[in-house]
Amino acid sequence: MKLELRGITKRFGDFTANDRIDLVVESGTVHALLGENGAGKSTLMNVLFGLYDADEGEILLDGEKVQFEGPGDAMAAGIGMVHQHFMLIHPFTVAENVMLGHEDVVGPAKLLNVEQARKQVKEISDRFGFDINPDALIEDLPVGAQQRVEIIKALSREARVLILDEPTAVLTPQETDELLDIVRQLRDAGTAVVLITHKLREVQAVADEITVIRRGKVVGQAKPTATQEELASLMVGRSVSMTVDKQDANPGDVMLEISGLTVRDEFDVTHLDNVSLDVRRGEIVAIAGVQGNGQTELTEALLGLTAPVAGSIKLDGKELVGRPIRDVLMSGVGFVPEDRTEDGLVASFTIANNMILDQYHQAPYSNGLALQLGAIRTAAEKYVEEFDVRTTSIDATAGSLSGGNQQKVVLAREMSRPLKLLVASQPTRGLDVGSIEFVHKRIVAERDHGSAVLIVSSELDEVVALADRIAVMYHGRIVGIVPPDTDRDTLGLMMAGAVEEAKA
Amino acid sequence: MSTETSTTTEEREPTPAPQAERESLLRSIVESSSLVVFIAVALSLILGGVLIIVASDEVGEAAGYFFSRPGDTFKAIGDVLGSTYSAMVNGAIYNTNASSFATGIKPLTQTLTMATPLIFAGLGLGLGFRAGLFNIGAQGQIIIGATLGGYIGFTWHLPIGLHLLVAILGTMIGGAIWGFIPGVLKAATGAHEVIVTIMLNYIALNLVSFLLSKDAFQQPGSDNPIAPPVDSTAMYPKLLGSNYALHWGFIVALLAAVGVWWLLERSTWGLQFRAVGANPSAAKTAGMNVPMTYVLVLVIAGALAGLAGSAQILGTQPALTSNVAASFGFDAITVALLGRSRPLGIVLAAILFGALNASGPALQVQAGLPIDVVLVVQSLIVLFIAAPPLVRSLVGLPHPRHVKEVTA
Repeated sequence: MKLELRGITKRFGDFTANDRIDLVVESGTVHALLGENGAGKSTLMNVLFGLYDADEGEILLDGEKVQFEGPGDAMAAGIGMVHQHFMLIHPFTVAENVMLGHEDVVGPAKLLNVEQARKQVKEISDRFGFDINPDALIEDLPVGAQQRVEIIKALSREARVLILDEPTAVLTPQETDELLDIVRQLRDAGTAVVLITHKLREVQAVADEITVIRRGKVVGQAKPTATQEELASLMVGRSVSMTVDKQDANPGDVMLEISGLTVRDEFDVTHLDNVSLDVRRGEIVAIAGVQGNGQTELTEALLGLTAPVAGSIKLDGKELVGRPIRDVLMSGVGFVPEDRTEDGLVASFTIANNMILDQYHQAPYSNGLALQLGAIRTAAEKYVEEFDVRTTSIDATAGSLSGGNQQKVVLAREMSRPLKLLVASQPTRGLDVGSIEFVHKRIVAERDHGSAVLIVSSELDEVVALADRIAVMYHGRIVGIVPPDTDRDTLGLMMAGAVEEAKA
Repeated sequence: MSTETSTTTEEREPTPAPQAERESLLRSIVESSSLVVFIAVALSLILGGVLIIVASDEVGEAAGYFFSRPGDTFKAIGDVLGSTYSAMVNGAIYNTNASSFATGIKPLTQTLTMATPLIFAGLGLGLGFRAGLFNIGAQGQIIIGATLGGYIGFTWHLPIGLHLLVAILGTMIGGAIWGFIPGVLKAATGAHEVIVTIMLNYIALNLVSFLLSKDAFQQPGSDNPIAPPVDSTAMYPKLLGSNYALHWGFIVALLAAVGVWWLLERSTWGLQFRAVGANPSAAKTAGMNVPMTYVLVLVIAGALAGLAGSAQILGTQPALTSNVAASFGFDAITVALLGRSRPLGIVLAAILFGALNASGPALQVQAGLPIDVVLVVQSLIVLFIAAPPLVRSLVGLPHPRHVKEVTA
């Protein structure tokens, strides 16, 4: 089936997310939609899938104009979508999830025809070598397998156009390779595949056609033979270097000493299992790992958001475990949370107030009772300048800023105190390349200042570019500490828990 | 002006934040625009007018022969609305039938008197809303405040001036205790404040009924559940002389509004309260003690509701009964929402509600309407306030600017 988008325009208020986008996807091809976070890729696909109404433009399937009122229409027309965040019900089995939304019933009692769904799952699973058990519960499946269930769901509805939205964001390198194999099989079976991604390597590996989107507009078409640099410069509009400009580390004394740290949640599930790690002054230790392997819990335990059941965290020789969060922050820990909109900012507050959110209670921002508005303004203006926050005014709400500028506000706040340790989770998630460079530069500068820096990132590129040492986490444990020049395959295997590397 | 904007602009604009979709009802009401609030009030008054027309016998009769003499129907409608609105004005603002200005202005002073407890309680509830707490325990807090303040007022016999201060302090402490309980339960156990405050309202009501069955709370030689009247030394002095019910409690209420504004917008605590209300996880991550904030907010909110009790027991109802709080604690919820939890808005909303309440008797006597009309109008306001999208779609207002964070 041939899919054609003509002049699709989608606006949110006065923000144009898609600006007259044209796209043609032939059956039996893989068409990569390449663009940075925020370029408008997901919006476009949500328009195609009937989740948003386009303000202008039309969608054609095999040359015929179609109009989708919702995902139901899109699915009926043969379009399937695998969302970045899976739409699966965890306590249900694979077969139950696959039949959900188009349940078949049998007999006078109108019982669910689970048997047929099981058969269908088996059939599709066998055809593509997915190795999925129809009776397995979703919650017991690894992420890669859950994604295959999503693909089965789409295929069971006879999708002939399959949209994959950032499918590799949650996968290990090995799982990514398996997914790309599946994509090739689907293409060979005649499916038109739209692959939404910002990862150049995958695009080159699997795409037949590449359309690059920037700021809501199609800025170019490319063939997979284009080099990474060519694609990257198309994507961001200028040439970029993926490496971070930094000198060799000059590590000093141990600043952060984590030993035997164990964290369990209220259901007694172990998230951190006897983790020990040292970070020295003047070095960046980056934690690599697929999301959900204990990285979040580690940073939360460092700040005191989660209480460990065992172990100790020493900063410059002083114990942090059991101290209130404010004490930890004020003793010289800078904390950039993983989810900036949820934990980093108060969206309805002004930029100025967000800049002092952790220090509002002390001089010079408070005299103990009243806020010192003058001092707050002065500081906010200084940080906006210093961290290049693009805004019209420090009185604008933080929620009105772009992701990159929001992150700069968080960084400015966290790095404006004298630091001993900077903990930054996913410091560049969702940022454009320009902001990424800036953030990386500031992080390296903090290291060169003599702070210990701990980075958690699910972007392997970022880990490799920033780290002086890489600690790989798997299932709540640190499975190895390796130098940054370790090859990707080894890192990938470690992230998948396959190798226990000796400590470097 | 430039210094003021730094802390107040964030409240004026709805947040085009990604969490907009996850916003609680409470937050969307608090952040709804003044225009929506104004339209909601106007719509309620208009719809109330329609109901009055429909319920009117005269209009019904005239409509029976509408096609032969349509003019009669319109005249009847005009008469009904005219007498209704003039009764409202006469009852709540200025009595045009009065012989002198001094008596003519009496309805306005009555309006302000009735607004006084609503200002206090509305401020308490609004403070909670801003901190993300749906405290609906003002009723109980008023009762306990009035009970403690009243007890001080009729048992302790202190010098003039001091007696009033101590009694006011008593009402604040009583309310604060009744706010502290749900606060500490939420902080320590996560018990939801809505459930706890509702239950505490019942406990307060039954507690005061129980106390009023004891000799210490009864008038000498009487078994009625009415406490002795509060000493005159503990009463708020009348603001405009003994002819008017308006007392100094109104001035105290205005001062409290200024105080709450300062607390929220200018103080260190206020920044913390608002941060916890707008995004508790960011507040926690920035080192704020969220549970402690909840306790503190509810204690202050309780003290403010307790002051509403003082406006009753030390102002207009010196003899404590179990009905001391009337329905002020619940009306104050509407007042706080109508005032968008901002002190100035709360004062204005409280005066509007004071006016509606004050106009009730005049409506009954002058326009022959049931007093329930006032309740209907109040309820309509609640309905419209609770559904900003309804108001917007009724008058064709655009949706507030809603920029999605596009994660493409």
